[in-house]
Amino acid sequence: MTENKEYKVVGTRPIRHDGVDKVTGRALYGADFQIAGLLHGRVLRSPHAHARILSIDTSRAEAFPGVKGVVTAQDLPSAEDRIADLGEGAVNLKHLCDNILASDKVLYTGHAVAAVAATSPHIAEEACKLIDVEYEVLPPVLEVRQAMEPDAPLLHETLKTTSMGETADEPSNVASHIQHTLGDPEKGFAEADIIIERDFVTGTVHQGYIEPHNATAHFNQDGHLTIWCSTQGAFTVREQVAEILQYPISKIKVVPMEIGGGFGGKISVYIKPVAALLAKKTGKPVKVLMNRTDVFEGTGPTPASYVRVKMGATKAGKITAAEAYLAFEGGAYPGSPVGPGAMCIFAPYSIENVIIDGYDVVVNKPKTAPYRAPGAPNAAFGSETVIDELAEKLDIDPLEFRLINGAKEGDRRADGPVHPRIGFIETVEAAKAHPHYTAPNGKKHHGRGVASGYWFNIGLESSVTINVNSDGTINLIEGSTDIGGTRASIAMQAAEVLGIPAESVNPSVVDTNSVGYTAVTGGSRTTYATGYAAYEAAQDVKRKMIERAAKLWEVDASNVQFEDGVFSSINGKEEQISFRDLCGQLGQTGGPVVGSGTVNPGGAGGAYATHVVDVVVDEETGKVEILRYTAVQDAGKAIHPSYVEGQIQGGAVQGIGWALNEEYIYNDEGTMTNASFLDYRMPTCLDLPMIDAVIVEVPNPGHPYGVRGVGEVPIVPPMAAIANAIYDAIGIRMTELPMSPDRLLKAMGKI
Amino acid sequence: MQDFAYIAANTVSEAVTLLDEKGQSARILAGGTDLIVQVREARRDVDWMIDIKSIPEVNVLDYNADTGLTLGAAVECYKVYAVDEICDAYPGLVDATKIIGGTAIQGRAAVGGNLCNASPAADCIPPLIVLNASCVIAGPNGERELPVEQFCTGPGQTAFENGEMLVSLKIPVPANNSSSFYLRFIPRNEMDIAVVGAGASVTLDNAKQTIVSARIALGAVAPTPLFAEEASALLAGREVSDAAIDEAAQAAQSIARPISDMRGTAEQRTHLVGVLTRRALNGAIQRVRDAA
Repeated sequence: MTENKEYKVVGTRPIRHDGVDKVTGRALYGADFQIAGLLHGRVLRSPHAHARILSIDTSRAEAFPGVKGVVTAQDLPSAEDRIADLGEGAVNLKHLCDNILASDKVLYTGHAVAAVAATSPHIAEEACKLIDVEYEVLPPVLEVRQAMEPDAPLLHETLKTTSMGETADEPSNVASHIQHTLGDPEKGFAEADIIIERDFVTGTVHQGYIEPHNATAHFNQDGHLTIWCSTQGAFTVREQVAEILQYPISKIKVVPMEIGGGFGGKISVYIKPVAALLAKKTGKPVKVLMNRTDVFEGTGPTPASYVRVKMGATKAGKITAAEAYLAFEGGAYPGSPVGPGAMCIFAPYSIENVIIDGYDVVVNKPKTAPYRAPGAPNAAFGSETVIDELAEKLDIDPLEFRLINGAKEGDRRADGPVHPRIGFIETVEAAKAHPHYTAPNGKKHHGRGVASGYWFNIGLESSVTINVNSDGTINLIEGSTDIGGTRASIAMQAAEVLGIPAESVNPSVVDTNSVGYTAVTGGSRTTYATGYAAYEAAQDVKRKMIERAAKLWEVDASNVQFEDGVFSSINGKEEQISFRDLCGQLGQTGGPVVGSGTVNPGGAGGAYATHVVDVVVDEETGKVEILRYTAVQDAGKAIHPSYVEGQIQGGAVQGIGWALNEEYIYNDEGTMTNASFLDYRMPTCLDLPMIDAVIVEVPNPGHPYGVRGVGEVPIVPPMAAIANAIYDAIGIRMTELPMSPDRLLKAMGKI
Repeated sequence: MQDFAYIAANTVSEAVTLLDEKGQSARILAGGTDLIVQVREARRDVDWMIDIKSIPEVNVLDYNADTGLTLGAAVECYKVYAVDEICDAYPGLVDATKIIGGTAIQGRAAVGGNLCNASPAADCIPPLIVLNASCVIAGPNGERELPVEQFCTGPGQTAFENGEMLVSLKIPVPANNSSSFYLRFIPRNEMDIAVVGAGASVTLDNAKQTIVSARIALGAVAPTPLFAEEASALLAGREVSDAAIDEAAQAAQSIARPISDMRGTAEQRTHLVGVLTRRALNGAIQRVRDAA
């Protein structure tokens, strides 16, 4: 990997290939799918946060005119407590199935209980009201620390805490305990001149993608199941549906439609298996759509958490020890992102003595799903606030404090891995040098804050096929859902290899029967891994094209070189042919050229971000206004800088929402009271300044162009950066998210 | 979504007859920005939707410097703020029409509909109250007038008798040296329903130093929008000062009976009544002083 090499296509800003269809409204999303004979499905959901299902009587619904079929958990193959590996980690199959349609208990308001297929969506909705479910209502537990109490209501009678390979005897809501240690924390704290320890609480927040979940399923007479849906990963849908229905993957085809946002929330399946069950029962294609309330109540948010952070430093500003306690809500079933939270919490810093404890705890809320750097934002809110307080107490500039302690190549993370070449220091230096950081900031109730964040990013499997066209263009076949402009960023990597413009590549995201296995669009992996596969597929094309040129010129392939889109003969004959012209001669030289690339790269480069934010606090109302926001991030190499900037801006904005107003608000019965975009308050464009995205490029040695994942880390710093800015404005440390007006009024002693 | 019937009425009497016949299962449809959403989300049972948009009387928008404003029940928000004379005479009402929904909603939503929906948090109601607006109501027994502050009787509940509908709102011409102001507190800058709303109108003396009279109204702090009568009265005859405004704000706080819900806590709302009352009064006073 060479440092910041000049490229022809990589690093430019061509118009995205899917842009015209999207801005003209022609692009087809999941809910747009139509097919003859289509029925409409609707899911009946639990009105209780915690209850035993005593009986379900569907007879009145089945008799309702227009109803073609009703399904419940009885229609699912019986699931034992067994573990299935579905690409994103091990999953308990009973939990997976029960989350699709509850069998014995409902564990959150909105938990799916039954579903109806009918000739219209309105009939299906009305028929749901005719399903008689008898519940024994149980007390819910809605907060992680309460759920950990020994006398808390138990969600699962069989769930027992696993802790470092040991399983407890008694059932508990604590699914697991993890611990990472490095060095000697006790000794480290003894060496500190100053120790800060603080508690933090974060709320439950949703990804808030604009397009609700959707699925249309159809069983052919020969037993082949097709599912059209929007998803972050068609192959993981295939795997999950195969496990849940106990059906062979070879008989399932998943067709990915365009997707209106996912942010991690469209990896888990919810209504896709339900649509398949209804399709099987009725023999007709069935479309199931969620509304916004279904999305909030029935799909995975990212969890609320309790985090305690203790850090010690010397007078000179060197961190000597760090300790963290993280308790994350998994929602109704185990699987909170406490693992990644624990891995990321101190990752920006080189600290010799560390101890981190993490707890995955079930509560009566929807099962959590990934959301942009899952777990890391909850953790960083705590650690980056404590870092700010340490710097303040030691009278050291907070960015300087980060330069003193910043992690570098060769440093070990508390959870084990040794950092390869990383760009944390570079992000801090760029933030420090940015005019924002030195702009005047002295007005009353105005404040400036900074914070940093880390996300490791992932690799995983990707496949790309390239079909060479006779006019010098290529069709690029991929399996990665395009959420943030990845058709362009993947196509550009192939174009760079072949010396053709990005516009000469036609990228297509295709179904699971039409491309090699490709893992989800998630973990900031798509431009990295699928881009890597496209690079390999283009290299394959290049090799084959060299052979064709050699054949044409009757020379050995080793005598043909390819540079800047032109093949030329070396050692003898003076021959030249452009890529385009050679494409026109494939028929005469042996037939079509198809290149393929498959990867499972291990060299995903971790990403760092450092954000600077200015706020003003209305002292009378407690409202915080974001005045200026600068987000610096190491992208490794920005293939398409506009979409990298878009990711940085989007992540920062979602972080701003998480920081200021977003949260699930529950009543005493455990039902969410703000399950709409009216009252679940995501920031609008009127709440935001232009987010100044600053790209730093420290190439990732694990990718041919140096790409690091970019999509997730920008959501990690905002909460702490804003809390630190609020402190600068009014002298109060906010330790609970969201930092909403009423919480600020309370903290200021106004109410 | 439930099945319902749609009927377009062409005259007030036709609409009144239908309402009288169908009773509670009928609702008037004007802009529909509340009603259609409520029906779609199964929050209101409606068997008959009676569209009044083709009735001439409910579309009247007439300002006369002698008699004041007649605002038909179905006149959309955007038409209100498009008239300069209305903006000059009733700036508090214009404040509200500009913050109800976005541009598209303002093209459809009517001030009269905002009133008839009778939300405690409705943005138009506090300014209508402080502007001394009255409702012109048609029913089986003919027409009657009712001050706006007496119209709402509970969340979603109104003083309508069976078969009655709103025809128009009447707002008198403000006295010289008068102005009005409405503002709400929302956690974001758009998209939210008022956590608290406050409207104020003031009339100053010719020197613009003394308050001749004032009216204050509050939203989202009780089952109905409130006319803060005592707070309004204690400003009459007082010189403009922070002390007088603080007193009025405290008096306004004393009548607030807010609840805690997903939009705000009771303590937060009571606190905000003080803040917003001060800001509304100061805003109205500033407008009088800024006027030529």
